[in-house]
Amino acid sequence: MTAQGWTTDQMAARLARDIPDGAYVNLGIGMPTMVTAHIPPDREVMHHSENGIVGMGPPPPAGREDPDLIDAGKNPCTLAPGASICDHTVSFTIIRGGRLDVAVLGGMQVSARGDLANWRVAGQPLGSVGGAMDLAAGARRVWVLMTHTDRAGRPKVVVECTYPLTAARCVHRVYTNLAVLEVREDGLVAIDLAPGVDLETLRGSTGAPVRSD
Amino acid sequence: MIDKVVASVDEAVAGVRDGDVVLVGGFGNVGVPLHLIEALVRLGRRDLTIVSNNCGTGETGLALLFKHHLVSKACASFPAQAGNHHFVAAYESGECALELVPQGTLAERLRAAAAGLGGFYTPTGAGTDLMAGKETREIDGRLHVLERPLRGDVALVAAHSGDRFGNLRHRRSARNFNPVMAMAARLTIAEVREVVPPGSIDPDDVHTPGIFVDRVVQTGGAA
Repeated sequence: MTAQGWTTDQMAARLARDIPDGAYVNLGIGMPTMVTAHIPPDREVMHHSENGIVGMGPPPPAGREDPDLIDAGKNPCTLAPGASICDHTVSFTIIRGGRLDVAVLGGMQVSARGDLANWRVAGQPLGSVGGAMDLAAGARRVWVLMTHTDRAGRPKVVVECTYPLTAARCVHRVYTNLAVLEVREDGLVAIDLAPGVDLETLRGSTGAPVRSD
Repeated sequence: MIDKVVASVDEAVAGVRDGDVVLVGGFGNVGVPLHLIEALVRLGRRDLTIVSNNCGTGETGLALLFKHHLVSKACASFPAQAGNHHFVAAYESGECALELVPQGTLAERLRAAAAGLGGFYTPTGAGTDLMAGKETREIDGRLHVLERPLRGDVALVAAHSGDRFGNLRHRRSARNFNPVMAMAARLTIAEVREVVPPGSIDPDDVHTPGIFVDRVVQTGGAA
């Protein structure tokens, strides 16, 4: 039997709970963008977008789109109070220079030592890397938000990634529908489990050893 | 007297040669010099290397260059996206090669060329497939990859406003790659929504100084 654990929204909310007040964060395209809506209202969090925005706001209402203002996923966005605009060299100085407190990225595979594969399926001729390698290499903390298993039910947390790497030893935490995993020097530790999921169930869906805290 | 303003986009792209490396500003469809690209298609120069974050979507912008078989190599960070069928067709037929570059490395390679540097070491891409064939070095205990400067023969950039000295002011996230590309080419051509009188862009608000810009053409468009 496969445990479902958290819904996608609940996963995003679980991650959002761990973003500290005052943090500068970059939310990758795809599932990570869902985190924005769940940031607790008592926290002021500045969103960085790789195309040169610090202080990105929510999507505009229909009809109020600014043709010069998009997010990293190329969707219309707004500017939040305190926002600034920069060019690409400065935007990636922010990323590689270690100014981002947290980067939340999607994942295809994460290895037990924190290697991340999220840009290209093995054997696929045309990959698109975008800013993923810079974010994975440069952010202070890299958190991956992904389903615990792939569509075929195979574990995405593995001993060795079989898909091409985005960066080696970069992931600090993995938030999935089953658990929150921390990558430590001596392996993966489950620091939280979704309701109805026990360690045994988690181990059954994980391709690498996991222990509890 | 310095006057870099030219009357038409066709005049603006004159002198681009077959085989040139052309830097094209923009991210997605924002900050892309659409009118200059159309003029480049009309000029019909072939065998171009196009350096840009994306490879165009639909039937406008960069997509036109692939549709008209003018590109033999693309250098981009994010070529695979919905609606990029003209690039995909050129890539899959073997007509167009692809050099995939991480986005921050792309920006910094342009900056290195602009600044007259021989390259730089970056942790981005270390330990990945994109490290293949490149020199590496451990710096402060961390693996770094040597990346080389990326220089353009021509840069096509877009800005919100510009003056006859070539000073440019960009708007919102349309700034993106435009300033660094303007600095990294032998011939930099800017399309602006509006040519404004000298001094009306406050010197403190110039994002791309005119010393980097050779030609300015007004193309109008959404304010």
